[in-house]
Amino acid sequence: MSYVQLASALVFILIPLVLTYTLKLGLGNDILIATVRSIVQLLIVGYILTFVFESDSKVYIGLMVLLMIVAATLNIIKKGDGIPGITGIILLTLVSVEFLTMGIMLGLRIIPFEAQEVIPISGMVIGNCMILSLLFLNKFKDEVERGDEIIELVLALGGSPKTAIDRSLKSAIRTSMIPTIEAQKTMGLVQLPGMMSGLIIGGADPMEAVMYQLLILFLILTNAAVSSVMVGYLSYRKLFNQKAQFLGLTNRND
Amino acid sequence: MAVIEFKDVQYKSILKGISGTFREGKITTLVGPSGAGKTTCLKQINGLLSPDAGAIYFKGTDLKDIDMMELRKKIGMAFQSAPMIAGTVYDNLNLPKAIFDQTLEQEEAKRLLERVDLKEVPLTQNVKELSGGEKSRIAIARTLVNRPDVLLLDEITASLDYRMVKEIEALVRKVQREFNVTVIWITHDLEQARRVSDDMWFLKDGKLIEQGTIELIEDSNNPVIEAFVKGVDQ
Repeated sequence: MSYVQLASALVFILIPLVLTYTLKLGLGNDILIATVRSIVQLLIVGYILTFVFESDSKVYIGLMVLLMIVAATLNIIKKGDGIPGITGIILLTLVSVEFLTMGIMLGLRIIPFEAQEVIPISGMVIGNCMILSLLFLNKFKDEVERGDEIIELVLALGGSPKTAIDRSLKSAIRTSMIPTIEAQKTMGLVQLPGMMSGLIIGGADPMEAVMYQLLILFLILTNAAVSSVMVGYLSYRKLFNQKAQFLGLTNRND
Repeated sequence: MAVIEFKDVQYKSILKGISGTFREGKITTLVGPSGAGKTTCLKQINGLLSPDAGAIYFKGTDLKDIDMMELRKKIGMAFQSAPMIAGTVYDNLNLPKAIFDQTLEQEEAKRLLERVDLKEVPLTQNVKELSGGEKSRIAIARTLVNRPDVLLLDEITASLDYRMVKEIEALVRKVQREFNVTVIWITHDLEQARRVSDDMWFLKDGKLIEQGTIELIEDSNNPVIEAFVKGVDQ
């Protein structure tokens, strides 16, 4: 695709802009900012990836993955406001999920340790983990705020912090995982997933594209389970002290 | 004999050096205007909060030396809003057992309902369908599952009509006799305190202004208590 062709694709931005101004939806600025940010960010990433692929250095692969983890962490911790130590929890979760998935894939020789394979798949792993963590934290904080009476009730009856928060924790884990599971049920029927579409558009054999996509789906399911459970089980302890007293959300930035 | 003793208990800016005792097997009401620190006192006894300074003793042992989760089984607490978990009457009565992966026998659950005068309510009834008074009774019954030595009641009649208030008062007196528990009961209502108390603590602005029998409090010359009794400082 040439830059001229890409520029002509901006016509697709005009349609939502016209709609938002006509219907007074108040989304005009957001659409413009999102468009500019996506162009700038993707062009920068494109240049960086070109450099990394051509350099063929393992150090750059590591740096790229680190950059993704830091960017995802910064995005997630805003939602974790009120849970002490959330930055460390998110960092630990993202690093663990990346190590787990890449360890399995490289260890079983499913993919080679090459920039073209490791970086895009790491991006999907970390990106998915980020979305799951955001969904989890959103629901978990809501559950804790709405269920604080039940949490204190269970503690007052002699229950442990884990028992007291169990309902809120499991509800948040379920809620964060459901979109991933539901999306997998309709995969291929309702939509062709992004990676598979990209490979087919790029000229790959559809069966090869399907196999790569299946690999990613299985990875994403693992990510969904591990990241929700890890963030959940590491977070809830921060809401209690050593005397099994409920501290609640602290309403402060970590 | 004192079952609970406060010694110069301080907590944030809410409790300002409280010292006093609760007699075993008696009903003591905590009375005082809003913001006096009554609920904070109750949560300190149950171990949901701990003093910043000073100490609280349960049967002579500092709470600091008692496992909090064991303490809470011995000191039950019923909250103002009678919070219920989603589900049936049985699910709520079974909660104190379920949190330890145990099960309350159906017969025992029915006996508990009888003890709180809810014989006619089926165990399978959804708690959403219960009235405020019925929820208060279930909350008391649920607290009794652990057979506590002390029962803490946080304004359990605050949102009930007068007839229901009187019924709950009679129920608490009955439970106190039958289970031989010490009851510590927060109330805003001085009339209620007169009806149910053996002893009373009068609190204001985080301080224990007076403690003793109801007669002693009412005969007090303390201007703060006189103002409250006359209804000018509610």
